[in-house]
Amino acid sequence: MRTRKPAPKAKKRSGRAAKPKSRMGSRAKAIKAVTPAALRANLVSAGDARGKPPAFDTRALRPSHSFPQHVLAEIHRAADQGLYEIRGFGAKRKLPTFDDLVLLGASVSRYPLEGYREKCGTNVVLGTRFAKKPIELKIPVTIAGMSFGALGANAKEAIGRAATMMGTSTTTGDGGMTEEERKSSKTLVYQVLPSRYGLNPDDLRRADAIEVVVGQGAKPGGGGMLLGLKITERVAKMRNLPVGIDQRSASRHPDWTGPDDLTIKIRELREITDWEKPIYVKVGATRTRFDVALAVKAGADVVVVDGMQGGTAATQDVFIEHAGIPTLPAVRMAVEALQELDMHRKVQLIVSGGIRSGADVAKALAMGADAVAIGSAAMVALGCNKPVYIDDYHALGTEPGFCHHCHTGKCPVGVTTQLPELQARLDPEQGARWLRNYLSVMVLEAQTLARACGKSHVHNLEPDDLAALTVEAAAMAGVPLAGTNWIPGR
Amino acid sequence: MSTVDLASVSVRDLNSRLHALPPGTNERHWRIVNPKGEHAIAAGLTLPLEVEIEGHTGYYCAGMNKAATVIINGHAGQGVAENIMSGEVRVKGNASQSAAASGQGGLVVIEGDASARCGISMKGVDIVVGGSVGHMSAFMAQSGHLVVCGDAGPSLGDSIYEAILYVQGKVESLGADCIEKEMTPAHAKTLRDLLARAGIKADPKRFRRYGSARKLYNFHVDHADAY
Repeated sequence: MRTRKPAPKAKKRSGRAAKPKSRMGSRAKAIKAVTPAALRANLVSAGDARGKPPAFDTRALRPSHSFPQHVLAEIHRAADQGLYEIRGFGAKRKLPTFDDLVLLGASVSRYPLEGYREKCGTNVVLGTRFAKKPIELKIPVTIAGMSFGALGANAKEAIGRAATMMGTSTTTGDGGMTEEERKSSKTLVYQVLPSRYGLNPDDLRRADAIEVVVGQGAKPGGGGMLLGLKITERVAKMRNLPVGIDQRSASRHPDWTGPDDLTIKIRELREITDWEKPIYVKVGATRTRFDVALAVKAGADVVVVDGMQGGTAATQDVFIEHAGIPTLPAVRMAVEALQELDMHRKVQLIVSGGIRSGADVAKALAMGADAVAIGSAAMVALGCNKPVYIDDYHALGTEPGFCHHCHTGKCPVGVTTQLPELQARLDPEQGARWLRNYLSVMVLEAQTLARACGKSHVHNLEPDDLAALTVEAAAMAGVPLAGTNWIPGR
Repeated sequence: MSTVDLASVSVRDLNSRLHALPPGTNERHWRIVNPKGEHAIAAGLTLPLEVEIEGHTGYYCAGMNKAATVIINGHAGQGVAENIMSGEVRVKGNASQSAAASGQGGLVVIEGDASARCGISMKGVDIVVGGSVGHMSAFMAQSGHLVVCGDAGPSLGDSIYEAILYVQGKVESLGADCIEKEMTPAHAKTLRDLLARAGIKADPKRFRRYGSARKLYNFHVDHADAY
């Protein structure tokens, strides 16, 4: 093919077509587009056939480990804007996860259940300790708190519908309860947050459970943010704030500090709701062993532990990436705290932060959790980071797969936005179907793994069913390194 | 009038009786004796009852109150009338910290002094304090009014939004983004009405008004040192 291709006419005429361009010219070109391909091309064009090193040898470009491209870009951005980076989504750094564990399955020493035939239960009852009306969920996957404000009304409605179809619960968020979500959610958990936006006793009573939010995995010790564009009239009214301000949520509750106060606070909430509702306490994963023990002491029915992979609609990147501990060690510490108090399974444990699949669910339950909660993954099921409306991702300076621009309120797929034209991209019915499908898949996956381990209920999974693939995961999760009896630190 | 003696009846039983009353009930007047600093007394009321408590209360007395009038003939513990929605809560003595925290409506009157964080995170409640308030009062106050007939401690109105503060005495210091503002005739009238509603005698002319400079409503690098 190459031999048959006629040479360009111009080259033929000049007779000097093979002459390389000047070095200056090719160097300028290389600097313009520093892609690996461009670098290789430059090396070839700038090289000297007689062994003389090129003036611009791209092999000599040595990136700094301390200052890689994204760090340089962040310093340039900080210098330009004078403000820490605020973004959505969760931690992007590499962390030990449930992927570092495997389930052992059955063979000769244990036998499995028939994968496609024998029943494997998935229900979970939450709030059995003090609440007069505990809630029973059909599946151990709940939807984590995400505010109306951070999410648009269509997204909230889609989540409510999907959760209801699957027989699980959904949760309000920082900003109060909307009619849409109460109507669309059979089982709704109402958050009592430090900001107390939209908090009122009527909603407290029409909730099915109450979650006192002490912290969140994405920002333990910090409050959320909702930047101006998302503080529309409706959101502002619900939160009693001026329209368009950059709203910064409180980090501490206004009327209690410390575990002794929390005990009294929980009692007040029980009094107001006549001891009917299960009361959860949600903490970001940090000093999990102490926090869980103190939440139990304070009278929680359910403890929710959110690892550092947990997402957020908007907070400082420095928080997302540098505060808290991963979900993996947090589950172990929480279970140990409950066991120490003889409260494991009496106070239920919900784990969240980076749960993405039925494998994650099965592993979290095997470690001792009673249920998991998903936030980011539910948004992804609704279309977050889907390769559609590509131009709108580009307008935000990102690509599908990299987007963490919830904070801008310009979500290309209509999930984390208050703009009507963007919200219209998410049909609540379609969204509900997507999320329902995804939840079904997660449950099927968890059941498949549980049956393979010989369990007739996902709660029968146990730490003995797990092995770790890395020393780090073995130490953090407290399960032996695969092929050994070794748990570092024990 | 029904009298409940907390020496022999639990707070649970009391609240349960108060919550079970039907709308339009004739049992509108309640007297509670021997409160002994119990927590969450008369929390979560929803009807226009009149509840008078003879003695000191613990945390969260009249928490999340709606429509009822709760009078404490004594001192009140932490978070009295927290997140009040409507109605009135009156403390004849002093109140501990976080009085009327995140209150969304109604009137809270503290005839004595209030402690730290009075009116923290307030969202529409009107608070009138006959005495002084402690540090960080009206912290993050979003809307409503706080009237202080005595002095205010350090960092009054830190990170305040649209709430309006009136102080008769000395303000030890103002918090971030809180400034003194002009007392217009309209503001003087509001203050006069608040004092009248609270039944507290004071001369509106002697008060100063404070509110938000609104400089921290949106992020700006040049305001970073405000924190």
